[in-house]
Amino acid sequence: MRMKFRIFKNIVKQGFQGMWRNRGMGLASVGSITAVLIILGIVLIMILSINNVVVETKNKFDEIQIFLEDDITDEQLDYIEEQAKENEGVLSVIYQSKEQALEIMKEDWGENAYLLEGFETNPLPDSFIVKLKGIEYADSVVNKVQELEGIDEVKYYKDIIEKLVLMANYVRGGGLIITAILIVVSIFIISNTIKITVTARQREINIMKYVGATNGYIRGPFIIEGVLFGLIGAVLSILIVNYGYRYFFNTVNDKLYVLFTVYLVPPVALIKDLSIIFISIGMGIGALGSLVSLKRFLNA
Amino acid sequence: MIQFVNVSKEYKNGVKALSNVNLSIEKGEFVFLVGPSGAGKSTIIKLILKEEDPTEGKIYLNDMDITKVKNRKIPYIRRKVGVVFQDFRLLQNKTVYENVAFAMEIIGAHPKEIRRNVPMVLSMVDLSRKAYCYPDELSGGEHQRVAIARAIVNSPPILIADEPTGNLDPETAWEIMNVLRDINRRGTTVLMATHAKDIVDIMKKRVIAIESGKIVRDEEKGVYENEISNI
Ligand SMILES: Nc1ncnc2c1ncn2[C@@H]1O[C@H](COP(=O)(O)OP(=O)(O)O)[C@@H](O)[C@H]1O
Ligand SMILES: [Mg+2]
Repeated sequence: MRMKFRIFKNIVKQGFQGMWRNRGMGLASVGSITAVLIILGIVLIMILSINNVVVETKNKFDEIQIFLEDDITDEQLDYIEEQAKENEGVLSVIYQSKEQALEIMKEDWGENAYLLEGFETNPLPDSFIVKLKGIEYADSVVNKVQELEGIDEVKYYKDIIEKLVLMANYVRGGGLIITAILIVVSIFIISNTIKITVTARQREINIMKYVGATNGYIRGPFIIEGVLFGLIGAVLSILIVNYGYRYFFNTVNDKLYVLFTVYLVPPVALIKDLSIIFISIGMGIGALGSLVSLKRFLNA
Repeated sequence: MIQFVNVSKEYKNGVKALSNVNLSIEKGEFVFLVGPSGAGKSTIIKLILKEEDPTEGKIYLNDMDITKVKNRKIPYIRRKVGVVFQDFRLLQNKTVYENVAFAMEIIGAHPKEIRRNVPMVLSMVDLSRKAYCYPDELSGGEHQRVAIARAIVNSPPILIADEPTGNLDPETAWEIMNVLRDINRRGTTVLMATHAKDIVDIMKKRVIAIESGKIVRDEEKGVYENEISNI
């Protein structure tokens, strides 16, 4: 046991030495890992934010709003309500006057409501709000009521949600591809960095083999060197993404784009998961880079 | 201790380095492996060290079949066999002491043990005074003595030397031979590949002669023999 520990200590020591001796190329390795993780961070934040929007939108808007023409007759009004209620999946049909609509809007906008004071006449139309069991019932209801007399416009959010989901998929797909390419590039850079240490220590490695060093003992320091580069890259990128995003988030907040920030993932919620992901990926890239170079240059 | 049974070796490029080699070396023996350059001496050593696998036949080390062993096991086989080469193979950035201690660190020896054994083997090869010198401050003979000290510091039962005097002048070569003889007297089995005729003839030890991959002679208290010329 103590023997194992001594061997382990030796390996770690050599790993640190290798890293220090090789710090020039190491900079390139750390830089590439940092870059990968920053981009991955941006992609993750985008995906999470879009997902947020999708979820929020789905919750808020599993309803259809039927805007009515100003000169609608009572018969038309009753008929529309009747037709809307008849559909499967409809929970309720509620009439909302333009005055009510304005009140609700003022509440929604909160401290920015003063922006609404400027209107001389209420620009909002009267409407029916059709509550649905789920967004999937929206199409049939819309089809049914769309052509009726007295309707100005039927608004629903299925399109938006679908577009958002599509966008999230593109971001996810694109992000994944870019990240994968960058990971491969970093592994390549790391493996070349480690190759320098391997070459510098080729003699020593040969001697070690003759004296009976195990493969683990020979490879260990290189893997540790790679993992250390990965770890440094991870820590740097965590700092950069965390503080960078905080700055961005606060700037957006300050500039009153409240509606936008509501959907951005709050930075505090992000830091822990991001750290775990970054450290794992950074160390993984480092270890893999070392293994690649050991396979290629040590053939042991 | 070391046994080859019908061993043949063909390298990947098609060179047939050994054919049907049989030999058996007992514990405590001192054996010369002689023959001209390219005869297959180093190949025999590489097979013992598991640097190469035999194409045919069986190899035993300490009664253990090492013909086919998992890569993982090879380091443990090598710990039983100390090796010395013609080109010394020392680490230039380490002192004499560190070069020897290195072999012990690798196998996880206790620091106390390292502090005890290293000076001991250094005095055995008469290098105590040079313990803190770097290799570039040493003569050829001293280089080789450091290499021998490193090879025996973990007390392997076998010491293999592949042309250890090849780079040394005759006087220095004898210095090395005396060290090897001492080590053998302490009970270590020694196998030395060489084509130094004078040394073999004077030492009067067992001689295994190999030519073009075949064992042509194996005799106790042998000599190098005239017809195998020293190329
Ligand atoms: N790694 C190798 N690959 C191919 N051929 C080799 C290799 N090592 C040695 N040989 C060949 O095997 C033969 C025996 O070589 P070797 O055992 O080194 O002879 P010696 O040590 O007696 O001079 C020679 O013909 C040599 O060229
Ligand atoms: Mg040879």
